[in-house]
Amino acid sequence: MIAQMYIMWLRQLKRYWRSKPRMIGALGQPVLFLVALGFGLGPVFQRAGEGDYVTFLAPGIIGMSILFTGMFTGIEVIWDRQFGFLKETLVAPVSRVQIMIGRTLGGATIAVGQGILVLLISLAIGFHVENWALLPLALLFMALIAVLFTAFGTAIASKLTDMHAFPLIINFLIMPIFFLSGALFPLRDLPQALSVIISFNPLAYGIDGLRAALTSSAEFSVVTSLAVMCSVTIVIVLLGSYLFSKIEV
Amino acid sequence: MVYSISVRDLTKNFNGFTAVNRISFSVKKGEIFAFLGPNGAGKTTTIKILTTLLRPSGGSVHVNGYSLKDKDRIRQSFGIVFQDPSLDDELTAYENMVFHAIFYAVPKKVYAKRIEELLKFVELWDRKDSRVKTFSGGMKRRLEIARGLIHHPKILFLDEPTLGLDAQTRNLVLNHVREINKKEGMTVFLTTHYLDEAEKIADTIAIIDHGVLVAKGSLSSLLKKTEKKTLEAAYLKLTGTSIRNDQASSLEHLRTRMRVWKK
Ligand SMILES: Nc1ncnc2c1ncn2[C@@H]1O[C@H](COP(=O)(O)OP(=O)(O)O)[C@@H](O)[C@H]1O
Ligand SMILES: [Mg+2]
Repeated sequence: MIAQMYIMWLRQLKRYWRSKPRMIGALGQPVLFLVALGFGLGPVFQRAGEGDYVTFLAPGIIGMSILFTGMFTGIEVIWDRQFGFLKETLVAPVSRVQIMIGRTLGGATIAVGQGILVLLISLAIGFHVENWALLPLALLFMALIAVLFTAFGTAIASKLTDMHAFPLIINFLIMPIFFLSGALFPLRDLPQALSVIISFNPLAYGIDGLRAALTSSAEFSVVTSLAVMCSVTIVIVLLGSYLFSKIEV
Repeated sequence: MVYSISVRDLTKNFNGFTAVNRISFSVKKGEIFAFLGPNGAGKTTTIKILTTLLRPSGGSVHVNGYSLKDKDRIRQSFGIVFQDPSLDDELTAYENMVFHAIFYAVPKKVYAKRIEELLKFVELWDRKDSRVKTFSGGMKRRLEIARGLIHHPKILFLDEPTLGLDAQTRNLVLNHVREINKKEGMTVFLTTHYLDEAEKIADTIAIIDHGVLVAKGSLSSLLKKTEKKTLEAAYLKLTGTSIRNDQASSLEHLRTRMRVWKK
């Protein structure tokens, strides 16, 4: 049972490793955001008495790269349907939940890998980690963001047969999730309506927890963030497993 | 148990359209059974039901003695080559084989030997570390056949295994199929619309048209029943000469029904 999930996971990693352009392409956007926003808005942020913007921004951009990578690995389900490999997995004596979990963990591992690369790039351009002892907590939040949004992407892909519809739908969802998460701006003193919307966005808790772990400053308590992320992740994984198990080929 | 597959009154509706209409047949253990029919006749739909990928709308199905409810046991007991490719192009031939072995819980000691034996059998051993995307259609087909055999299935389903292949490769693939059938005593359920293939390797032939089984039996019994000299003539007598699209016209449906009634 573990072996089947493992080989599914390994396959995702091999496929990813073999498509270097995808890896490098996926780094472009976060690096652009870090450099352009980090240095562009840095002086304003500083003048407003909020401290170093790169330090504030880096956890948000790490979260963003995980969100994007995770959601877009969902498209692999559609590729597998298109190229037929999906049938090979669905006709085997392996439960669909196991297949779904193996896939999700594979995509999530890739997403966390991207997140770590963005962390390294951030460090290179001046990001400071407050307390390295909290790194495991940071990794935990990265993993939760990764699993949640990979499962979400996979769930959506399970319902779609059209390769072209997927990026449209994902972009439609990803943008509000990202911009309304506190990745780019502090959550303090926001208009009431915006605050309410953000409090329903799981990514806000993921990024806040990540920020707490890496920079020791946060809006929510770590326990709240962890609790919200864990429960939403479980719900989405269950939903994804359900939708994936309903696929017909 | 003498039968590998037994099907009674199997029906499949797709939103009101009947793709398979109350068909019944049995496949004997160890035989090569050819399921013959024009495009859109319902061959793939039948295979998908027999291999648990589609739920039937009615009727009863037993595969290797298991009913369709016994999903995992049925799945472990057959191998399948789908009509369309189902390999991971980004992986190597060997990696595709290992993936399958692990998915079917074949222990490593067993699969290492089995994979080597099978890749040699389909003459792909020297290409085992090439990525599948560099393979030709015929090589992919042979690899899929080898892959379907790793877990020692009792039945091998082949859905139009020679579609789109050149004459030489078709011949090679058919020879492989016959050899496996002989060597491992494996039941083979094969769909095709090439009559010569059925003629060449099948022990039993069933002809399906518009979801209705119009004839079944050995080649000689089909010739006798239709009073024709060749399978082609018999087939055309049974299925008519009109050209088919995937979606069957209602007029053709009516004609088939009437033909079946008359028998
Ligand atoms: N998922 C589906 N939904 C609706 N109609 C389908 C579906 N799958 C097959 N059909 C229809 O059922 C008929 C039989 O298809 P199929 O079994 O693929 O034929 P064959 O394999 O003999 O060429 C065709 O008319 C096809 O259009
Ligand atoms: Mg077909």
